Amino acid sequence: MIRFEGVGVRYGVGPEILRDLTFAIAPYSFQFLTGPSGAGKTTLLKLIMLSLRPTRGIIEMYGDNVAQMSEAELTMVRRKTGVVFQEFRLLDHLTTFENVALPLRVQGRAEPSYRAEVVELLQWVGLGERMHVLPPVLSGGEKQRAAIARALIAKPDFLIADEPTGNVDPTLARRLLRLFVELHRLGTAIIIATHDYSLMEQFAARRLVLSGGHVIVEQPRGRGVRL
Amino acid sequence: MEQDQPSDATYEPQPRAADNIPLRKQGSLVPQRSIAGRSLVMVIAIMTFLASLAAGAANLVSRAAAEWTNSIASEMSIEVHPAPGRDIEADVARAAEAARHTPGVASVKIFSRAESEALLQPWIGTGLDVTDLPIPRMIALTRAAGVKPDVVELNRQLAKLGGAASLDDHRAFISRLSTMANALIAVAVGIVVLVLAASALAVGFATRSAVALNHEVVEVLHLVGADDNFVAREFQRRFLALGIEGGFAGALAAAICYFVAGFVSTRFASAAAADQIEAVFGSFQFGLSGYGLIFAVAIAVAYSTGIVSRLTVKRRLRSMA
Repeated sequence: MIRFEGVGVRYGVGPEILRDLTFAIAPYSFQFLTGPSGAGKTTLLKLIMLSLRPTRGIIEMYGDNVAQMSEAELTMVRRKTGVVFQEFRLLDHLTTFENVALPLRVQGRAEPSYRAEVVELLQWVGLGERMHVLPPVLSGGEKQRAAIARALIAKPDFLIADEPTGNVDPTLARRLLRLFVELHRLGTAIIIATHDYSLMEQFAARRLVLSGGHVIVEQPRGRGVRL
Repeated sequence: MEQDQPSDATYEPQPRAADNIPLRKQGSLVPQRSIAGRSLVMVIAIMTFLASLAAGAANLVSRAAAEWTNSIASEMSIEVHPAPGRDIEADVARAAEAARHTPGVASVKIFSRAESEALLQPWIGTGLDVTDLPIPRMIALTRAAGVKPDVVELNRQLAKLGGAASLDDHRAFISRLSTMANALIAVAVGIVVLVLAASALAVGFATRSAVALNHEVVEVLHLVGADDNFVAREFQRRFLALGIEGGFAGALAAAICYFVAGFVSTRFASAAAADQIEAVFGSFQFGLSGYGLIFAVAIAVAYSTGIVSRLTVKRRLRSMA
């Protein structure tokens, strides 16, 4: 599904933040991306979500070299990818419903065609009563769930989540993580960036560990739920 | 305090009666407050007002020039000069006879000596004995409607009078009038184009500013799968609305100005100044074509606002990419 080969990234003329990244993410897979703060997790996620171009190396998504994709092809790849941002990135002038419906709206779908889906998903993530509210009024946990719902609404093939449990209490973090596991069981490949080891210990999932600009792939281990 | 908690149940989308849930009207994805809307509407309204005034003036000049041309072009005149050894009355009669037999001439009116003298009164005053002055005589010809007079043949006949008579078909005057009117119209069109260009520049500047302010919105839209066309359309929709608002406000103000000017010129038609205005601008009847022109200017401004904003956004997005 996604393949990195010898990928490096540097900002301007500075040193390489990421070096010689070579790994693959298979369809229907579940993995954590971890590493110390400043290791480049967010930069790597930006590469995967196509909001940053590598300085060198090859990134293939769905079998095609990203560097050779047209704008239309890049858009289609983005539509197959759901993203939960660390800082949520909800649009403050849109209601929770409108924020969650955004991926469907940008595909040109009319509101009546997706209203039921969005309402259903909002109710499922516990925001049924908050769908008319603007993000500034939502709590951190509610924003988190709205961001997750927005990433899920278009039923992506691949989900990227950057510290999705960073702003919620442990109980809610477990519940949110269960949403991702559920989605994974429905067939979506998932990568979750986190440095919360206690959270990772709950699941025996593959780990991509970033350290010193390199990535080390660790196979599933631990006594948690096997994914 | 969180009001809800996420469900532990497996997610199975099951569409149900969501249609009953009231939702607000789907708003613009570009935040309204992020665009200097009021200021831009004012700029567009002022620009449209000026462009509409210029377009309206061009329309008035065009109509007035057409009126002049029609009235002048429907007449010709023969001037018979007194010459030593020639009977001017006989020359006048022969010239008039030649004119009557010329195809395309509907009527011939000979100005008597007394009438010819009366034509000179504005320049030489009254009470002066002009009996001994060699005053030329005029013959006024009216063209037949829809038939081009045979000017060549008439000139050939008049040449037989030994140079005592000459034909003036007002062609030179009409040409000068037409040149002047066209120049005025060109100036007005130039002003309209310049004003539209200035308006486009203002919109382009406002659009660049809006894209910069909404950088976060644009990035999120891209990351959730929007292409450049979708993003550009969102900005275009917003700016088109502002263009329509400003354009029609400016056009309405210009239309009111012309309506009031027309009303005033009609109301005070008996005043001396009104005669002079009417001499230059015709009857100052703006007419439906004038209001239609102003409406067209408003549409052009609104449309160009949308197009300029779309092109600006697409260029900005390409440079951002």
